[in-house]
Amino acid sequence: MTATTLLFYILSGVLLGSAVMVVTTKNTVYGVLFLILAFFNAAGLFLLAHAEFLAMILIVVYVGAVAVLFLFVVMMINVDMERGQQIDRRYLLMGIFIGSVFVVELILVFLSWNTSPEAFELIFAPQDGLSNTHALGALLYTHYALIFQAAGLILLIAMIGAIVLTLRHREGVLKQKTGDQLARRAKDSVQLVDISPTSSFRNLGNLSDLTIPERGESRAS
Amino acid sequence: MPLSLDHYLVVAALLFTIGSVGVFLNRRNMIVILMSIELMLLAININFVAFSQYLGDLVGQVFALFVLTVAAAESAIGLAILVVYFRNRGEIDVDEISMMRG
Repeated sequence: MTATTLLFYILSGVLLGSAVMVVTTKNTVYGVLFLILAFFNAAGLFLLAHAEFLAMILIVVYVGAVAVLFLFVVMMINVDMERGQQIDRRYLLMGIFIGSVFVVELILVFLSWNTSPEAFELIFAPQDGLSNTHALGALLYTHYALIFQAAGLILLIAMIGAIVLTLRHREGVLKQKTGDQLARRAKDSVQLVDISPTSSFRNLGNLSDLTIPERGESRAS
Repeated sequence: MPLSLDHYLVVAALLFTIGSVGVFLNRRNMIVILMSIELMLLAININFVAFSQYLGDLVGQVFALFVLTVAAAESAIGLAILVVYFRNRGEIDVDEISMMRG
């Protein structure tokens, strides 16, 4: 057994073990931490398959962004851990049933599949001598440029969607409304009153009687 | 015994099965379901990368990159929906999510 094979078995063993822990653990925070461990090991598997760029992307995107996002949400919504910890027997049976059906199907496929002899003639992008990142970039920015843009668009839409979903307008919170401030004009709030030079202040009457035309409703609160 | 495609396929199949069983097994917490979906997508990515290495064709890795993108977007939207749901209901029990009777 070579060192590579041994490394493969270690990585995949930890990967599968932590995946089981993600699914079965009671505490969701531990679940997220096991998910991070699983992603690290999957990145190791990618490295063994000579997909170095994807391995690094996996760590950056999944561990750095997605798992931290999960962790934030878990800590934010503070679920009651004590309640309903028992796994329902019905669902356990159903899960085991569906899982075993799936495993049997996969075994059947695994035993019977073979590579088509034409498959090796249809290779579109061989890596020929370049480094993995270089070759992937050369492919991604030329032939798959439009799809790459579409992927960026998907991320943009996801970002907008997440913001729109979680945005909340709270009542009674004082905020600076820059638009209202900029839209304010002098004639809305200042009134010029002719006062003869001979009259004194006393003859002006009550200044608060002067009606200042207000724009919209009162913003004082 | 050198590392072959079959090694990767078996690991990916087991990982996918764990993920799909996790979706069914879990009735307490919607976050765990989202994490199970992430595990399933990871298994798919392992398959893509393994075949890409096996055939010597980089297109598989390009596709895995796109799967990664969609997975990130999906988890962001899913967690946003989860937060909104929690704000409205104060719980994230999967069994209780039947408001819409769909």
